[in-house]
Order: sequence, then structure tokens, then C-alpha cells
Amino acid sequence: MATTADNFAPSAGHGGDHGAHGVDDHGADHKPGFFARWFMSTNHKDIGTLYLIFAIIAGLIGGAISGIMRVELAEPGIQYLQWWAEFMGGPGDLNTALHMWNVFITAHGLIMVFFMVMPAMIGGFGNWFVPIMIGAPDMAFPRMNNVSFWLTVAGFFSLLFSLFVPGGSGPGAGVGWTVYAPLSTTGSPGPAVDFAIFALHLAGAGSILGATNFITTIFNMRAPGMTLHKMPLFVWSILVTAFLLLLALPVLAAAITMLLTDRNFGTTFFDPAGGGDPVLYQHLFWFFGHPEVYIMILPGFGMVSQIVATFSRKPVFGYLGMAYAMVAIGVVGFIVWAHHMYTVGLDVNTKMYFTAATMVIAVPTGVKIFSWVATMWGGSLEFKSPMVWALGFIFLFTVGGVTGVVLANGGIDDNLHDTYYVVAHFHYVLSMGAVFSMFAGFYYWFPKMSGRMFSEALSLIHFWLFFIGVNVIFFPQHFLGMQGMPRRYPDYAEAFTFWHEVSTFGYYITAASLIPWFVNIVYAFTAGKQAGANPWGEGATTLEWTLPSPPPYHQFETLPVIEDHHDYHDHRPETA
Amino acid sequence: MGQAIARVETAILAVLAMLMVAAVPGAALAQTSDDGQTVGGESETLGEVPQGAMPGEVVAGDTEPPAADGGYTPMAPTEGKGMPTSYEDGALKSMTFQDQYTDDGAYALWMHDSILLPVITIISLLVLGLLLYVVVRYNRKSSPVPSRTTHNTAIEVIWTIVPVIILVVIAVPSITLLARQYETPPADAVTVKAVGYQWYWGYEYPDHDVELVSNMLSDADAIANGEPAKLAVDNRMVVPAGVPLRIQTTGADVIHSFAVPSLWFKQDAVPGRLNERMVTIEEPGVYYGQCSELCGTRHAYMPIAVEAVTMPEFEAWVASQGGTMPGEEELDEEAVPVGQETGVEVDEESDDADSDIPAP
Repeated sequence: MATTADNFAPSAGHGGDHGAHGVDDHGADHKPGFFARWFMSTNHKDIGTLYLIFAIIAGLIGGAISGIMRVELAEPGIQYLQWWAEFMGGPGDLNTALHMWNVFITAHGLIMVFFMVMPAMIGGFGNWFVPIMIGAPDMAFPRMNNVSFWLTVAGFFSLLFSLFVPGGSGPGAGVGWTVYAPLSTTGSPGPAVDFAIFALHLAGAGSILGATNFITTIFNMRAPGMTLHKMPLFVWSILVTAFLLLLALPVLAAAITMLLTDRNFGTTFFDPAGGGDPVLYQHLFWFFGHPEVYIMILPGFGMVSQIVATFSRKPVFGYLGMAYAMVAIGVVGFIVWAHHMYTVGLDVNTKMYFTAATMVIAVPTGVKIFSWVATMWGGSLEFKSPMVWALGFIFLFTVGGVTGVVLANGGIDDNLHDTYYVVAHFHYVLSMGAVFSMFAGFYYWFPKMSGRMFSEALSLIHFWLFFIGVNVIFFPQHFLGMQGMPRRYPDYAEAFTFWHEVSTFGYYITAASLIPWFVNIVYAFTAGKQAGANPWGEGATTLEWTLPSPPPYHQFETLPVIEDHHDYHDHRPETA
Repeated sequence: MGQAIARVETAILAVLAMLMVAAVPGAALAQTSDDGQTVGGESETLGEVPQGAMPGEVVAGDTEPPAADGGYTPMAPTEGKGMPTSYEDGALKSMTFQDQYTDDGAYALWMHDSILLPVITIISLLVLGLLLYVVVRYNRKSSPVPSRTTHNTAIEVIWTIVPVIILVVIAVPSITLLARQYETPPADAVTVKAVGYQWYWGYEYPDHDVELVSNMLSDADAIANGEPAKLAVDNRMVVPAGVPLRIQTTGADVIHSFAVPSLWFKQDAVPGRLNERMVTIEEPGVYYGQCSELCGTRHAYMPIAVEAVTMPEFEAWVASQGGTMPGEEELDEEAVPVGQETGVEVDEESDDADSDIPAP
């Protein structure tokens, strides 16, 4: 029964009692004391919880910064930035105020990408559910898992520290999340940019370690019979994501290391005065940066696949197509990077190539969208909150995806590049795509992780407020972009005012939507019903639902066995 | 009255110009117009333009933009042309692209409005429609027993092939557009080199011996000039309409980006590189743009204003900047002494230049 891949992995559990599925829960559930448990943790579920808490805190900080920006942008002129400049310890003059703006856009981008989406999706949900879904007791390298988490935290502190040291016209790094040279080298004196770069080094190192951990775990620690083609799609998504991380992040590390040496040790990798080239940095950055956007969305694809199947009570339609669509997106994602650089002065043939290659990505993405619809087609749909969030994801991700097809055209992008159209596009795929999938995953797995049920009503209020709010924020930004409003501007011409006002109004709705979310968490922990092993009914068929909620501290001390009659969809031991 | 003011003003400028000539040898030329007035070239190459000497201030309160130099009058912008439109001035217009004033821009706009926008709207509505349909048709009440269908090769092939066909349909005009945008400019194209500085633009006309620096006007000055705030500049990039322009961009310190939405033009100004693209502006007008690559503190405050004029007006403007048209060089190299009569024809033509503007 064990496949080639399983033979590849001599695990202690193999050859054991193949009949004993599920939980081994007989009093061996010893938990360490508080400090050892949460600060020296080697348990994948505890580390997952730490990642989720960390991501929520970072997300609130990043979201608060976007509030500062939206309030400033509600009217033309500079209204509040001087105050913020003084608050952050700089002089309250106009230059410092404008520098603060650049610090805010930089911090918002870096926090949301590296310290919110990635920790939540990969560190949080990935850590929690990849081992459980493949029937493994833990990650392959538990202590390295701990290192990954604390490196991410250290990176976050390095980034926060950068806000309080000089960075040019004021405190903080005001270079954008892309850290383009020469603005980030000769253009930014002071140590702030060094700390921001070091933050990326730390978070990147943490992610590389995490990626190796996931790849090793998925290849070597699947339960007997859990072949690659029986793995849940969420595990597939994390596997592809981990490969993207492993291949892309070292390139970022190299690029930002060259930034550091350009800044501090007199090298001229990106300085034309010494034979370097600023555009080289952009090539290196986007060779990482484009896979990075798939790193942020692929786990969301995986979660949505699980959720749609669960609440349709139907196996995912076109499982192999879904899995290999993600592989295809990952592969093609590595050869389209220069579509972020259409205006740097690329050769016309280069632009034609990147236009064509970029549009190709729409094909596997379309396969996924249609397969989700086909999964629901003929199903028996139940609109519990995770499903509602997943439906929101599918639609909003489609909207973000089609504007990506517009931007893929190098000739069209000439007008839209670095405008609010781009801002709207990537917030539709991230602030709606990725975030909707994370909320879907949060509501889907919260009962499993906590053992408590949340209030369905509050989660639906959360959904509808959030849905309306983010659309009101970001849809008008398409209009602004087409009219020519450049991104990363704290101030603008009078003509852009109306749609900026609308956009800012949407922010208030979005911010308000978080209140029912927090109330819901408090409600669940104080008054929530016990969840039971499987609160979602017969549609929930992956291994995590065979465990109690919350799962025992160490699960699968006797490995579950995936029998021949199990397909990719149903891994429950009792099914015939 | 207007004549008198213009005289006072040209006198002031002449004095300034002489100071400049003293300060920056060879940077400015003084010329004399046909009625004997001495007309000074504006400051060039220096980062800080003496704002106090700007014509707008000398004639504060006068609605007519004054003639700063013999024959050249900054053009008054047309509302809604070459600038963003507010929601109040046109709800629909504020939700789409600015009107285009280049051939390639018109083609790109056509491609967006006729191909891309319909395609993406239909796809989004199709997905929305499918979602609404399954929600209504296959909810637990209507469909208590789920089907077990997990494969359908035919439909999977269809939803792979159809998007490919759609993408090919998009790719054809897209590649055409790129090819058009990258046509090589003819040898006699007017070359303008836009140099991005922190935080202003410098415009160099290597074939015309003209260099100027362009700073944003304060909100008050912009409004006094009847121009949009945050977009208006003191010295515009003046180019002839209807002839190919060779726009070169480079950065002096960090990366900037030279972008004009109504010309469908955006090209980064990268230190150490000289990017080049041809553009032909179809009709005279003022076309505003903004720096479009994060370049530091005052990134939002280095707008671009391109003023396209008729060729005679352009020649007048070149003369007013102390430059020469290509081919006039031999003449001008001898014409250095102040007071010698040059540029007579230029001034005569530009006096009635407004009537030369071809109807849009």
C-alpha cells in the first residue's frame, strides 16, 4: 500500500498498526509550563497559534497605518502628517511630514506582506493543519519551526525599530516596500533603511527555514497510504508555496544584501557611477517579488478548496487539475517578473514576451475559479460563515484577476503603471483575495483550534461589513488610477477628491467590521458552545476532523492509514 | 495698459537676464525684437529659478497671462483637456481614462474600451452569475443530496481552451500597440531630454540649445494662473504639436518617472540610463502629468506640464529661451552681440499664431 514516496521516507510509524486510525488520547497529553510552552515551543499547533496571534497584531498595526493614510487622503493638501511627524519624534515641518508619508507606505506594505499575510497563511494555518492533514504527529524539524517563528518576530521588531531612527528627512525608512535603489542607497542616509533591510533578512531567513520544514514534512511524513495525489489541496498549496519561498527568497536576500553593501561598504552594484545599474535591483527584487504574490495567495486557494468542498458536501471538482494548476501558477510565476517593470525602459521584444507570459497565468487561474464553481455545481450548499467568506473570495479574486489581465498588457500598462489602478488591482487580490481566504480559514478552523464555536450571526455581520467596506475603499481606486492619480502620493490635484473621499469612507466601514470579529472571539472563548470533533457535518472529510477539538497536544501517536478505498477527498477511517 | 506692463516686465527680465549672463557665462542669450526691446533669455540649468521674477507676480490680478518674452505667451489650459476631471465636472469622465491626444494613446484607449473592458466585465459578471446560480439552485434546501461528479473532461478542456482563445484575441492588439509605441523616431524628430531631479524636472533641448528647469507652482500661483493646483509648473516643457518628438528620460539622483496620462506616456528616468520613446502630440494644448516613481520626500510635488504649440510658436518659444532652431546655427553663432537684429520673423509669425492652430 505504501507508495514510492512513502518508501522514500522511513518514518517510525510505518509498518505499525494500520488499523488504528485517529487519536491516541490516553493521558499522555502532557503540556509543558507556560514559558516553556509558548517561548520555547516545538509543537506545531502552538507555533501555529503564535503565528496567528502575531499576524493579527501585525495586521492591526498595518491596518491602523492604512487608516492614517486614508484619513490623510480624504482631502487634498497635507492635514495630519505634520502631527504624525512630531508624534514620531521628528520636527513637524513639511519635509518631515512628507517623509512620514513615505515611511507609512513602506511600513504598511512590509508589515502586511511579511508580517501579516505570510505568517498567518503559512506559519499559522500551514503549521496548524499541514501535519494534521497528512496524518503526521508534528513538523519534521520542530525546533527549527521555533526558530522560524522567532526570526519573524525579530524581523518585525527590527522594522518597528527602523521607525525611530533617522532615515533621511525624518525618522523611518521611506523607500516603499520595494526598496528601490538608488532611493534606498544614496537617497536615504541614516540607519533606518538598514534596519528595514535587516528586518527583511530576518523574516526571509525565517521563511526559508519554514519552507524547508514544510517541504521535508510533506515529502517524508505523510501517513501510510497518503500519496501525493491523495493529499488535501491545502497541503498541495503549502507545498507549492514552500518551493516558491525556497527558490525566491534567496534572491531577495542577495539583492538586499547588495543594498546593504552599497549603503555601507562602498560597493556600487546599483550605482551607475561605479558601473552598477539601478534596474538590476529591480530585476532581482521582482524575481522574488512576483513569486511572492503567489506565495501570498496560493495557501488561500488551498483553504478555499477545502472549504468549498466541505460546505458543498462534494469532492473538489477536477482535483488533479486544481493541484497542477497551482504547480503551473508557481512555475509560470517565476518567468513573468518584469511585468512590474514595464516603464523602466525595457526593450520592445522583452515587453512583448512578458506581456504574453503574464497573460498565460490567467489560464490556470481560470481553471481554479471554474473548478470551484463546478465543485459547488450539483452540491448541497450550506452557507455557514466560512463558506460565505469563500464565496466572497471567489468573486473578489476574479475581479482582482481580470484587472491583472488589463495590466499584463505592456502597452496599456504605460498609462496605469504606478497609479491607483495598480493599487486597486493588488488590493483586490490581496486585501480581498488573501484576506477573505484567511478569514474563511479562520472561521473554518477556529472551532478546531479552540474547541469552541463562534457566533454565526456575528461572523456574518463581520463578513457583510467587511465586504462592503473593502469594495467601497478599492473599487473607486480603479477610477482614480485611470484618471492618472499616481500611487504613493500624500497630496493630489483637486479633481481626484471625490473618489478619495469615497475610498476613505470605505475604510471606516472596514475598520468597524473588525469589531464584531473581536467580539466574536471573546464570545467564543467565554460563551461559545463546545465544538466537538466535527462541527461542519459530513462534508468535512479531511483528517483534522477525525481529531477532537482542540486536538490533543500530540496527535497521531499511532499513524492513521489511508486505505486504497480512500480517495483524495475522504480520509475518514470509518468510511467504507 | 497691457503694453505698458509688458514693457516694464521685459525691462525687468532684461536686467535679470544680464545678471544671469554675468553669473552663468554662455547660459543665456539676449536678443532684440523688431521694435527695439531687449528680451532676455530665462534662467537655465540652475536648480533654483528666481520665483520673484515670474511674470505672474508682476501682473498679479491681471487675468491675461502676460507675454513674458517676445512672441511667447504661456498657453491657457483648456478645462478637462490634458488634466484629470473631477466627479463634479463629469461623473462618467472621472471614472475612466483621460481623453487621449496621441495616435498610440487613442489606439490604447480603443483597445481598453473596446476589448479589455468588455472582456473583463463579461468574465466578472459570468463568475458572479454562476455563483448566484449555484447559491440559488444548489443550496441545501433545493439540493439535499449532493452529486458525486468530480470530473468532466469535456468541460475542463473547454474552460482551458476558451480563456486561451480570449487571451490570443487580447494579445494581437496588445502586441500591435507595443510595436507602435516603439517605432523609431525619424532623424528630424524634436529631441527633448527630461531629467528627473529631487524634486523637479529639467528639460534639455540638445538640438535647440535650450535648457530649463521646471518647478511646481504654489497652489495660490496655480489658481491665479487659472491652472490646476499641484499640476501647474513655472516653466513648461514646450514642444511642437503634430511632429514626432523624441522624449529621452534620465534621472540625476534617484529614479523618477516622466508620465503624462493624456498622452498615454510613462517612461522612467533612471540614473545612468537614457530611455527614449517617440511621441507625437496631435494638437496644441497643455497636458499635465506627475512623477510616477517614488523618489523621496517631495515625490508628489514635481508635476509635469507639456505645452504643445504650433511650429511657429515653438520657434518663438525657442528664441525666447535664447535657443536656436536646428539649421540656424551659423547665423546665431555670429549673432551674439546684444542689440543685433535677429528673430524678427519669429516674432511676426507668433503675433497671430493663435489663428494658425489647426482645428481639433
